[in-house]
Amino acid sequence: MRHLLAGTAIAILLANPLAAREIFVSNEKGNTITVIDGETLEPTEDIPVGNRPRGIALSPDGKHLYICASDDDTIQVMDTATREILGTLPSGPDPELLDLSPDGTLVYVANEDDNMVTVVDAESRTMLAEIPVGVEPEGMGVSHDGKWIVNTSETTNMAHFISADTYEITDNVLVDSRPRFAEWTSDDAEIWVSAEIGGTVSVIDNETREIKHKITFEVAGLPPEALQPVGVRVTDDRSLAFVALGPANRIAVVDAQTYEVQDYLLVGQRVWQLAFSPDQKFIYSTNGNSNDISVIDVENAEVIKSVPVGELPWGVAVKD
Amino acid sequence: MPLTALLRRALGTWLLLLVAAGGARAAALDVTITYLTRSEPPLVPLSLAEPVIEDEGLMGARQAISENQTTGQFLQHDYRLVERVVPEEANLEAVFDEAVGAGERLFIADLRMQDLLALAPKADAAGAYLFNSHAEDDELRTSQCFASVLHTAPSRAMKADALAQYLVWKQWSRWFLVHGSHPADRAFAAAIERAATRFGAEIVETREYQDTGGGRRTDSGHVQVQRQMAVFTQDVPEHDVLVVADESEVFGDYLPYHTWDPRPVVGTSGLVPSSWSRVHEQWGGTQVQRRFTAFAGRWMTERDFNAWVAVRALGEAVTRAQTADPEALHHYILGEEFALAAFKGQGLTFRPWNQQMRQPVLLVTPRQLVSVSPQDQFLHQRTPLDTLGYDEPESECRLNS
Repeated sequence: MRHLLAGTAIAILLANPLAAREIFVSNEKGNTITVIDGETLEPTEDIPVGNRPRGIALSPDGKHLYICASDDDTIQVMDTATREILGTLPSGPDPELLDLSPDGTLVYVANEDDNMVTVVDAESRTMLAEIPVGVEPEGMGVSHDGKWIVNTSETTNMAHFISADTYEITDNVLVDSRPRFAEWTSDDAEIWVSAEIGGTVSVIDNETREIKHKITFEVAGLPPEALQPVGVRVTDDRSLAFVALGPANRIAVVDAQTYEVQDYLLVGQRVWQLAFSPDQKFIYSTNGNSNDISVIDVENAEVIKSVPVGELPWGVAVKD
Repeated sequence: MPLTALLRRALGTWLLLLVAAGGARAAALDVTITYLTRSEPPLVPLSLAEPVIEDEGLMGARQAISENQTTGQFLQHDYRLVERVVPEEANLEAVFDEAVGAGERLFIADLRMQDLLALAPKADAAGAYLFNSHAEDDELRTSQCFASVLHTAPSRAMKADALAQYLVWKQWSRWFLVHGSHPADRAFAAAIERAATRFGAEIVETREYQDTGGGRRTDSGHVQVQRQMAVFTQDVPEHDVLVVADESEVFGDYLPYHTWDPRPVVGTSGLVPSSWSRVHEQWGGTQVQRRFTAFAGRWMTERDFNAWVAVRALGEAVTRAQTADPEALHHYILGEEFALAAFKGQGLTFRPWNQQMRQPVLLVTPRQLVSVSPQDQFLHQRTPLDTLGYDEPESECRLNS
């Protein structure tokens, strides 16, 4: 495995000597962003940021990292090269998760406190719109064609489909309790929505805006209430999906065609969010209560390493 | 009449019609929930730092209605809260009859046990449902059960068990029990005694503190308190904690740091079991705390939470079952499908045999969350939550069977 990793590293270095993979992790309690070298898998920096950093996302060009500093009611913009905070976006109160339009010009933010989704212009850093949604908006997912934004509301228990043209909600899909995350498949055919308390992932058909399948989880020896799906990621080829199961300390590996759970990978404690490497060979999970991230080999569905980070890791984003 | 005036009048009528048409656009479902309480003098806390709250419970119901409404707007479900506050000496049953006559069937009952027992047979007969958000009496869960009564307030036994599990886990298993002289104080003391037997703790001595009346606010009262509490807790066999049962707020808060032996105080003062607390911020709790504080201008209390969670349970059932029919809602809430997210880290459900809401119980000090029970080590074949309070074999109630 070490040889394989080294080989991958050399190949990447040869292909683009300037680029190096970096993994960014927000530490909710530590108020920092940990940077991990994607090749050596060693933490290299711990950068102080705003209070209670949770959701993070990279601009499509990888130059900027957007950080929800929840307790500062703001979104910080970090220069990924210099690690400097360039400024803040007007986010509305208590931003938790965000997503960007495919061209990176718009930032969509879920504001838990006031039942709004905020649309911010990334360039001018001005608020363009506030869209009323259900109680406690959390998950944010923008379709790959940029036309739709899905927001999940944790207490209303819906996935709200918002048109990116009109900022109007056109469809509301009732899912199970406490929906946390919305993940569009690469072809925009499906949206996978996790429900933390409901213990399920609803696969929503984008054509009909109806639930076409509900994935449930079962681990021998664990009570059903411990299986709490949060982060969800689906590979671009729609072969596999990974679902972080919170206090179950496991990630479910799901066949994204048949929706069958193939395996449960034991990771750190209270596994929260997930992110692929750009080549999708690896997926990284934040393990909040054990202060580390797990590195998973996607093809072999195998945990290959855990890397210590700051206090209560929450969000993760990866750039090459 | 000048033409302009005529025109204005015509236009006015037309506008009125439009408004009426808009208002008449019937919601797909109309849900009326009644908050029923009897006004009584508010409990004045011993501590000057704690506010005297006049609208406990009611604000929780109002907050939940507004949340239900936010969800309802996406489904054309319309929620309405009818607030019926009955004067202290008034006839509650007449008010209930009037409410039933007005078509109201879903009640948040912020009432004491005797009032609840008076209404329960009427509710059974009327096809109405009472969500008990206040009375913690264990009789209502073990012997006096009604098909129409559901409990969101945890029982005293649930709270005592939650505390006992933590104390036993800490291996603080020798308890000195001190209770007040009012019935509620004795009832909580009885729950503590039961919990001790249940979880293998030992009560080394029990003492009663007599309420002899008198004012709470004094200028130099602390001088006497310092002497009285030390003497009151003198000469007790070796113990690990002092468990106080003073629901009436007569003396409990005087015990910490005044005891003869240097021991922690738990129970209704010190480390307290509760369904809710302003210090709770786990599992997204911060969000509802912020919402509530902004809305009510004060912290959310346990009684607020008990009413909030009852209105939310009804909202959840309406949303999922797509009905406003009381019987159908009751059926859904007691069914397998129901699980309410309420900032407790797992879905809340109801025990079918006595219609008590299962819920984790917080163990809090005035400033911090210390733990949440059930503790991991206590297992149950159905759900660990059923290690709190009277389990099915211990209850005479067999509702929904």
